[in-house]
Amino acid sequence: MALTEADVLEIARLARLHLEPDEVARLRGELSAILEHMEQLKAVDTSGVEPMTHAVPMRLRLRADEPETPLPVEEAVGQAPDRADDFFQVPHILKTAASGGEGKR
Amino acid sequence: MSEPLHYLPAGELARRVRARELSARELVRATLDRIAAADRRLGAFLHVDAEGAERRAAEIDEAVARRADPGPLAGVPIALKDMIATRGQPTTAGSRMLAGWIPPYDATVVQRLRAAGAVIIGKLNLDEFAMGSSNENSAFQPVRNPWDLDRVPGGSSGGPAAAVAAGLCAAALGTDTGGSIRQPASLCGVVGLKPTYGRVSRWGVIAFASSLDQVGPLTRTTADCALLLEVIAGFDPRDSTSVPEPAPRLAAELGRGAAGLTIGRPRELELPGVDPEVTAAVDTALEVMVHLGATVTDVSLPHAPYWLPTYYLLAPAEASSNLARYDGVRYGLRAGPPGQGLHDMYSRTRGSGFGAEVKRRIMLGTFALRSGYYDAYYKKAQQVRALIAADYQRAFDEVDLIATPTSPTAAFRLGEKTQDPVTMYLADVFTMGAPLAGLPGISVPCGFTPEGLPVGLQLTARALDEATLLRAAAAYERATDHAGRHPPESNLTGASGGAG
Repeated sequence: MALTEADVLEIARLARLHLEPDEVARLRGELSAILEHMEQLKAVDTSGVEPMTHAVPMRLRLRADEPETPLPVEEAVGQAPDRADDFFQVPHILKTAASGGEGKR
Repeated sequence: MSEPLHYLPAGELARRVRARELSARELVRATLDRIAAADRRLGAFLHVDAEGAERRAAEIDEAVARRADPGPLAGVPIALKDMIATRGQPTTAGSRMLAGWIPPYDATVVQRLRAAGAVIIGKLNLDEFAMGSSNENSAFQPVRNPWDLDRVPGGSSGGPAAAVAAGLCAAALGTDTGGSIRQPASLCGVVGLKPTYGRVSRWGVIAFASSLDQVGPLTRTTADCALLLEVIAGFDPRDSTSVPEPAPRLAAELGRGAAGLTIGRPRELELPGVDPEVTAAVDTALEVMVHLGATVTDVSLPHAPYWLPTYYLLAPAEASSNLARYDGVRYGLRAGPPGQGLHDMYSRTRGSGFGAEVKRRIMLGTFALRSGYYDAYYKKAQQVRALIAADYQRAFDEVDLIATPTSPTAAFRLGEKTQDPVTMYLADVFTMGAPLAGLPGISVPCGFTPEGLPVGLQLTARALDEATLLRAAAAYERATDHAGRHPPESNLTGASGGAG
């Protein structure tokens, strides 16, 4: 299937992936070609076939409910790009009069 | 043995260290010298931990001196694909996104290697986030093939394959999602094994496609491959997909020979794009297996033509989900002008941190999982995956092993396939079936093209039957002399002659 530029931009938005204009153009062509290749799956009769989600059949296990030593806080937040005390710090999430940033989408 | 130290098998090195014929410190020093001499041309290492290796070697020597046994890998210098977390040592996944990140813990496989006496010598180059078949997608540098420096080593474990082939470490660990251990092993002329899904813990291994990823060894001999697998395999409660089976005992299998084994050749994989030289080498290898007492027969994997489209929907879909964690919040890169809000920070961090192939796969995966397209693409691929696995089940009613070339061609030139993603994806056309079905597979050197490039034979076995893979591979190795051949020394250190 051939993707439009709007398709590419929408997928990029869903993936939280900033693309430069030349990347949008290139990806539009490449993804269309790759998806063209995928079309051959349509020829396979899969009626009544249960989707395979894991390579080997498995049951989820529960571990014993015993406390373990967690990662020390300093090691957990020590390599964050931005932190405040023991917390990860991020740019504002909600638009405020002062911030001028993006609002809720 | 007239081999130089850097080409001795891991098992022999451990034997010498345990017998005090060779000190671990001496061995580490020799390995660091070898890396310094040869890696400038290859680009296989992203990080060498000289200090940590020397410290560990001293501990091993001390243990041996007081008659304690440091383990089956005593003093053996082992390097790791940089997808595997190492406490206190950089782990980048070959990506700018993780440049400078230092993991706070060791992956389970690293803990097990250390406990067996191995010395972790450094971290090896790869395609970014293990996505690629040529190592040209590394954000840092390409790796060159030690047999011909103008050619790729394969990927994504290009660093491990090149480093092992050139004697820069005794053995390495790689990861394989669609062929990333076996294909580079084939292109560099070494042994590479992808274990059964769940056989080896994925805890501490950077996730690419969680229903497919496995860790496995790259070595110069099948005996070393068995030795490493025994050390790293076995149940790990920290990995929810770990198979509750003990590590297999493999050493005894190696001497059993190939007599009585039935090997199938899938008719559907006699593809037009395969180099005649590769086909010829694989044909000759199977004649050797027949001489050794194996039976070779035709077998059918009817859905083999659908491996590639199935893999390239499922793996990118899982990757798009796994790589969502690289958002500039907890570790790694953060980009973008401040003041633009959280969404903008996410997008700019990811837009500048990921390379072209990773972006392509995230986009493809996001497309396949998108509401409205999910059933037609993602779910359809999961259904075809079930049919692919059923093909193998039926085939393994008739045969013990399935044989194909590992790669349709020998090593190709740098830049030859970078312009067209689908052409690059075809490099893994033989290797995607085993991970889709969760089965173990091995690539063993099976000859050379007239230009002197290695060719690999791929064998695939039933789930958890690594023993039969290694049994057949070891019998084949003993009957041929491919394992004794090394890349031209003039490619590596500029010295003329050498091991040859």
